[in-house]
Amino acid sequence: MTSNKPTDWGVVVFPGSNNDHDALDVIGRIKNQNVSEIWHQDENLSGLQALLLPGGFSFGDYLRGGAIARFSPAMKNLPDFIHDHHLVIGICNGFQVLTEMGILPGSLMRNADLRFIHEEIYIRVERADTAFTNCYQQGQVLKIPIAHNEGNYYIPPDELKVLEDRHQVVFRYCDRDGNITDRSNPNGSVNNIAGIINQQGNVMGMMPHPERRCDPLLGNPDGDGLFQSMIDHISRD
Amino acid sequence: MKARISVRLKPVILDPQGKAVLRAARQMGFHEIKSVRIGKLIELEIETEDKEAAQQRIEELSHRLLSNPLMETYDVDWTGD
Repeated sequence: MTSNKPTDWGVVVFPGSNNDHDALDVIGRIKNQNVSEIWHQDENLSGLQALLLPGGFSFGDYLRGGAIARFSPAMKNLPDFIHDHHLVIGICNGFQVLTEMGILPGSLMRNADLRFIHEEIYIRVERADTAFTNCYQQGQVLKIPIAHNEGNYYIPPDELKVLEDRHQVVFRYCDRDGNITDRSNPNGSVNNIAGIINQQGNVMGMMPHPERRCDPLLGNPDGDGLFQSMIDHISRD
Repeated sequence: MKARISVRLKPVILDPQGKAVLRAARQMGFHEIKSVRIGKLIELEIETEDKEAAQQRIEELSHRLLSNPLMETYDVDWTGD
């Protein structure tokens, strides 16, 4: 049964994070959940049911996106947090942190077309049975913005096959009708991959920004389903 | 001691930066340039008595922080005292 008790969230704030407040606003004001900021120096994740690693340029993206953030004290207890079946969502730079940590496979390279991309794109829901997407329909097309310089998902061919065989791809870039084409691939990602999940099913990384499409005031709230899915999943436990 | 670590993208990895520089070079008339790959050079100073131990430490740092082994390789050069 779904309860109405608010769920407990944390949003990690690294120096250079810049989508942390969008995420806090969505979780707190729009979704009415309990949410706190976790400063990168703070190791304590106790009491939280979901953790969000926000977009931005943590530590200036020095060395590689997410490469330095992964060694923050706030990340120290992340493996245990994940082991305890809590939910973790990494968006954009947060996705980069998760791949750098090796929690999600692959890595995010520079966009294939030499520019920072900031535009609304379409993604197709490849799996509607995850903790992050259960409010969507299989094959549903979402219109959500991307904003990144390094969003070109790469994974060696043998690992790509494993990822696909295990159905760990949750979102793919597509055209407005849901067709997966080269033209609808904004950054060169292999197999148009926009978001993936870990094998255990409780960690997701994605380059698009659902937190920017939750407020009905901003137009289509296509990102809302992601947060609602997570809330429903936690409340059912 | 000083170490100079060169981090390079693996050959299979697309290098958009290198491609952009190649294009600019060609536009400048350097038609003989066939390819450009861009990496990083990291210089470190290490306080140590034990060179062998230091080398191991720098290998570990290069593997865990300075490079992403999935898409990059690295070489360490020791440049004396």
